[in-house]
Amino acid sequence: MTGGIRGAPRRLLGAFGEVLITVGVLLLLFVAWQLWWTDVTADREQVDTVRSLESDFGEGHHAGVAGPEALATLKSVPFGKAFAIVRIPRFGAGFARPVLEGTDRDILKQGVGHYVGTAMPGEVGNFAVAGHRTTYGKPFHNIDHLRAGDLIVIETKASYIVYAVDRHVLVRPGQVEVLAPVPQHPGAKPTAAWMTMTSCHPKYSAIQRYVVFSRLVRVIPRADGLPASVMAVPAGWKA
Amino acid sequence: MYATLWRLLPGPRLVKALQCLILIFAVVAVCFVWVFPAVAPYMPFNDNTIEPAPRVSSQSP
Repeated sequence: MTGGIRGAPRRLLGAFGEVLITVGVLLLLFVAWQLWWTDVTADREQVDTVRSLESDFGEGHHAGVAGPEALATLKSVPFGKAFAIVRIPRFGAGFARPVLEGTDRDILKQGVGHYVGTAMPGEVGNFAVAGHRTTYGKPFHNIDHLRAGDLIVIETKASYIVYAVDRHVLVRPGQVEVLAPVPQHPGAKPTAAWMTMTSCHPKYSAIQRYVVFSRLVRVIPRADGLPASVMAVPAGWKA
Repeated sequence: MYATLWRLLPGPRLVKALQCLILIFAVVAVCFVWVFPAVAPYMPFNDNTIEPAPRVSSQSP
């Protein structure tokens, strides 16, 4: 056995090895960035957005407005604008994320995105939203913890719109029927107000979508305030 | 490659090591702030939406 490779080929081999290791380290860094850093920055931004929405909602509330008038202020929202706050007691007492109009990548980095063309909160039809399962604040990270009966509160300038979870389903990304006005029944005329939440499944992949359907329970005018019982974190006794 | 870099850095070993740490920190910062956000859209592991994005009318006639 000789002393091994010498000279230029050895140096080239060494350099190639170092490049491979560097690439490997960069890939690991990328994963760390995605799974940790995007949460750090997005959480900060989204908390700020929620606070500014809260202060905006708190100014000059629409006293005693209920029913269709309460919803009239939300007929259409400019693309990209944050227009509501979603609160989900099952995800923890302090859970609050902004809801923005649209579902493209840039919008989902800023919170939960509302599928354009689907119903507005409280409207008859299907109020459909998408949220990250991991990264960028992962608002729907625990979407699989939701159980039938769990409450979801959409807070807007005019009212608190309360939905209760009905069921969930796992679908392929192309199954657009979950966004139909009557979820899973495209073409059917809607008579009830539904809410649909979509996110990735399994947690760290984009193979499927975890979809939760909830039905409207009540609309509470902002002036009336949100009852504490609505926001109580479920003890886990619900089936 | 890295051996050459080490040789080229000025100063005694401790200073060289500190400079390496600073360089590493700078590279990671550049990656986190510019490179990774630019590359991320081309990595498909993070799609959450149902697509093709439908124009679903909320009030069917």
